[in-house]
Amino acid sequence: MASLKELAKRQDIFCSGHRACSGCAPAITMRQVTLAVDKHLVAGLSTGCMEVVSTIFPFTAWRSSFIHNAFENVAATISGVETAYRALKKKGKLDAEYSFIAFGGDGGTYDIGLQSLSGAMERGHNMLYLCYDNQGYMNTGIQRSSATPFGAATSTTPAGIKIAGKQQFQKDLTQIMVAHDVPYVAQASIGFHRDLNKKVTKALATKGPSFINVLSSCHRGWRINPADSLKYSKLGVDTCLWPLYEVVNGVYKLTYKPREKKPLEEWLKGQGRFNHLFKPENADMLMTFQKYVDHKWNTLLWKCGEIKERPE
Amino acid sequence: MAKETARIALTGNEAVAEALRQVNPDVAAVFPITPQTELMHRFAEFVNDGKVDTELIAVESEHSAMSATVGASASGVRAITATSANGLALMWEVLYIASGLRLPIVMPVVNRALSGPLNIHCDHSDSMGARDAGWIQIFSENTQEAYDNTLQAFRIAEHKDVMLPTMITLDGFIISHTTEVLEILDDEAARRFVGEFTPLFTLLDPNQPITMGALDLQDYYFEHKRQQVEGMYNAPRVIEQVGKEFLELTGREYSFFEKYRLDDAECAIIVMGSAAGTTKEVVDTLRERGTRAGMIKLRVFRPFPYEQLAQALSHLKSVAVLDRSISFGAQGGPLYLETKAAMYGKTIPICSYIYGLGGRDFMPAMAESAFNDLFEGKCDQQMKYLGLRE
Repeated sequence: MASLKELAKRQDIFCSGHRACSGCAPAITMRQVTLAVDKHLVAGLSTGCMEVVSTIFPFTAWRSSFIHNAFENVAATISGVETAYRALKKKGKLDAEYSFIAFGGDGGTYDIGLQSLSGAMERGHNMLYLCYDNQGYMNTGIQRSSATPFGAATSTTPAGIKIAGKQQFQKDLTQIMVAHDVPYVAQASIGFHRDLNKKVTKALATKGPSFINVLSSCHRGWRINPADSLKYSKLGVDTCLWPLYEVVNGVYKLTYKPREKKPLEEWLKGQGRFNHLFKPENADMLMTFQKYVDHKWNTLLWKCGEIKERPE
Repeated sequence: MAKETARIALTGNEAVAEALRQVNPDVAAVFPITPQTELMHRFAEFVNDGKVDTELIAVESEHSAMSATVGASASGVRAITATSANGLALMWEVLYIASGLRLPIVMPVVNRALSGPLNIHCDHSDSMGARDAGWIQIFSENTQEAYDNTLQAFRIAEHKDVMLPTMITLDGFIISHTTEVLEILDDEAARRFVGEFTPLFTLLDPNQPITMGALDLQDYYFEHKRQQVEGMYNAPRVIEQVGKEFLELTGREYSFFEKYRLDDAECAIIVMGSAAGTTKEVVDTLRERGTRAGMIKLRVFRPFPYEQLAQALSHLKSVAVLDRSISFGAQGGPLYLETKAAMYGKTIPICSYIYGLGGRDFMPAMAESAFNDLFEGKCDQQMKYLGLRE
């Protein structure tokens, strides 16, 4: 485990000069995650914000090797890279040690890329799949994805007069990955960078596939002040909407327990996409959302052995 | 030469698998689809019996098959996959990416009709759907050619002036599942012919990290497409050269197309794939009757050899083009349209015939009826069908 001091001295793999918005949490995610890599790296990215802002030909923000294929197939693409690596190693044609990370946004991971991800995890490739979850299809104009939370206003789930935002809860992809029996699965947030760094280090040291889901706010989509990206990445965790935990070979462990569980409203308020939830006529939506978060959190506490009784 | 070849009986699928065994690619992505399944079954046996060193990825879809093949090829190894019909259609998006990244992937395509309605039998609608994806497309008449084309495909795709993915095709069931006697090279000769692969670039060079698949905006995309055209433009020279070397090695001749009794012919049929064998028989029969019939079997559909084809057809009175696929709303099938364009400015009548969709048998009488039309001067603009109940 590298200390913060040591990390600060490492050269960024995801380097400055990319064209992400100022305050972009996914860009911070890319940088923080790649800081934990201490071998050669091949990074793959599904089509999305991070690919678009980091590799505008003839420029690249990647000091490692990098491949972008399409929207839904980064897991399959890195499967191919990792397999080629094994083939070359077996034949004695390559000495260097490599890590492989497939990055996808929530659209490319929860939705269109889910099959490719599931296939790669099932086959057991030695790679980390890292989802930067900003809860929507952001660079295409802020549409809902299956990672978009309940009630959020997006351009395909607007806060209308009859229907106020998204009507479904966020898909629990981390649990879907746990169900794949992947040896290392975790949830992280850039608001907790030491925790994230540790998890990436662990994931890369894991033999076989690993998966990390990182809450990475998008200030354009969340309608927040760019300076508040980290604040909301932290609040998501402290309100228990996005708990930090890991599942190592099927064993659950909380990696951070908020001293005081904050009400969900603290995360919702100030996010323009949830403004309509604070109108009196939508009070029941707020309640429904809080109940959902409570139930998920309590169930997780039970899974982690923090409470004895399984919540109803 | 004799000691370097053997005559054995194999199905088309087995013959292609045999060629792939001899090439011993580094990575193969596998997903089943009829009638390609047997090809990769056979290859997977080679993998699991240790007859090749290939790392096999049994993916969860054709889309991932092509995606993983792209990843592997970008990592500087020989990477292959194989497919048919809807599988090829599911790869469609990634086919463009493979050629756009200039990856020398080799992919056998066992030709089959596209749904719907669902049909597992042969026609060329799958390959034709991918004809503008930037892949070289080479068609085979029989098992022997499927084997030979597979070996040659690696040389063509990997040539530094080409660097384009290459698909070789064989007609579903008609070639893929029919056992024929063919001549195969011994392993050493085949390997010598195909040679070692040295990538021009790779993701796995620790001294030189590279970015592949960057976002290409208005200021570069057009230029990159132009470079792909350049690869296609260089391909004919390479295809010819590789064909010549193959001729020296095996005595079997390969170029863009095969002329069959064409030089003194009055009228001719152009056709691709297994129907060429049937048509040759018909040409022979007609010749015995004193009719000057001829044929061209087109081997290379992409890049389309328009100059050579126009030259070869220039002395004819009329030409019938037989397509095993339809271009809906067009004047004729894809091969017809290409031929017609190649013959632009010439006054030779060219007519379009559609045959064999969804595995409908192509019988000698059908080729004969097309020839009859030609010799009777009934070559008009209207698209006609062979063997269709109307």
